[in-house]
Amino acid sequence: MIQLESVSKAYKTSTRPALDDVTVDVDKGEFVFLIGPSGSGKSTFLRLLLREEVPSKGRVSVSNFDVAKMPRRRVPRLRQTIGCVFQDFRLLNNKTVSENVAFALEVIGKPKHTITKVVPEVLELVGLDGKADRMPHELSGGEQQRVAMARAFVNRPLVLLADEPTGNLDPDTSQDIMLLLERINRTGTTVLMATHDHSIVDSMRRRVVELDNGKVIRDDRRGVYGVGR
Amino acid sequence: MRASFVFSEVVTGLRRNVTMTIAMILTTAISLGMFGGGLLLVRTIDKMQASYLDDVEVTVYLTQDISANDQNCTAEPCSTIRSSLENNQAVESVVFEDRDEAYERFQRIFEGQPELVELARPESLPASLHVKLFDPERSDVIVQEFGDQPGVANVDDQNKFLDRFFDLLNSGRDGTFIVAAIAALAAVLLIANTIQVSAYTRRTEVGIMRLVGATRWYTQLPFLLEAVVAGVIGAALGVVGLVGVKYIALDRIFEATGGAIPNIEIVDILFPVAPVLLGVSILISAVTGYVTLRAYVRT
Repeated sequence: MIQLESVSKAYKTSTRPALDDVTVDVDKGEFVFLIGPSGSGKSTFLRLLLREEVPSKGRVSVSNFDVAKMPRRRVPRLRQTIGCVFQDFRLLNNKTVSENVAFALEVIGKPKHTITKVVPEVLELVGLDGKADRMPHELSGGEQQRVAMARAFVNRPLVLLADEPTGNLDPDTSQDIMLLLERINRTGTTVLMATHDHSIVDSMRRRVVELDNGKVIRDDRRGVYGVGR
Repeated sequence: MRASFVFSEVVTGLRRNVTMTIAMILTTAISLGMFGGGLLLVRTIDKMQASYLDDVEVTVYLTQDISANDQNCTAEPCSTIRSSLENNQAVESVVFEDRDEAYERFQRIFEGQPELVELARPESLPASLHVKLFDPERSDVIVQEFGDQPGVANVDDQNKFLDRFFDLLNSGRDGTFIVAAIAALAAVLLIANTIQVSAYTRRTEVGIMRLVGATRWYTQLPFLLEAVVAGVIGAALGVVGLVGVKYIALDRIFEATGGAIPNIEIVDILFPVAPVLLGVSILISAVTGYVTLRAYVRT
């Protein structure tokens, strides 16, 4: 589903490459943690998958897309197969919960009858049925992240990228979000989550890819955050 | 493409940035109004040229000697001049006017100034040949050929006078176009700026749109349409302004010239000026919007 073959990415402003000869292969339906200290290349990894960046070297593919080589006009198609969740939720504060979720479908031209059918379904999936008409500022952090996840998942993406989704949440709420990510993963969606959160990685016992200084230093089938840390 | 979505984005964008929108609309309206005024002036000049040139003649004034002695232009050299004029390819008609007829015409023209009429005597006016040309613009030929002929006192070319008059009108038209161009530049800069501000205030939306895979059209069309909508409103205001100026000022001014300058009709403004302004406005705002988005907004 996701393949990086000998991928390097260097920025003009930095002497050291952000990613250095990285090769990672993620199968369909896998749940993978991407860990490592700040500046280790996790964000660059995710940005390459979304074609926010183009690699300096190597090949990136997501589903059937040759991400680095595809023409720009095809990029929206790629992004429609990927859902994204961030630490800062990135909700539109002037729209209600259901409008925020519907927005993701409206802007890719889905017909209205599909939107009115699908949005309540996905809100129920993330446990926000009954809060469809609330504004984001009326919700707790955990609830806001659920809205963001509903938005990321509403178009049934093949891949869900989560960049520190629990970074702003307390441990209990983080646990709920992880349960939700697992539920989404069980529908067949490949989940790739970048995180610093030891306890989550340790408790989930999923595949762990660790980056340091732009290199993959560990790739465990059932890993923990770090031995002795 | 969901039209309702794009439309609501456009309305939100224009309202969010309302002072800038108004500035954008007003400069567009002023620029287009001036441009439209220039176009109307061109049309008026054309109309005047057509109607004046119809009546333009070249007058060949004859010497005192002929004027006094040859009453019907039958003796030499008047008859030769007349027949060579009549045989000239460029000449449509030749009418001989003797002294008395010239005096009568003089009296008619200066009816309002009896003291002038009293001073004039038929003997002081020359006889003349009034020459009408097929193409009044080619009056030079007659002036050159007959100016130095024996029996000719001088050749008066009305076209020369009209040229000076039209030069004046033409420079008025050019001035209008220059001011219109400067205002257009201001409008273009404002449109570019408004789109940048608009894109900046909506960067979160646009970011999310890009992330969920909205196409370039979806992310950028609202901004482009914002510019175009403002342009269309500006053009409409420009046309309304022209109509207003016609009724408030131009009608009275042109009436005061006693019909020397033909009136600008409302039809002249509605067609072809209004559609031209609308087209120009849409083109300029769309192109400016497109270029700005290309240059400043990431996709």
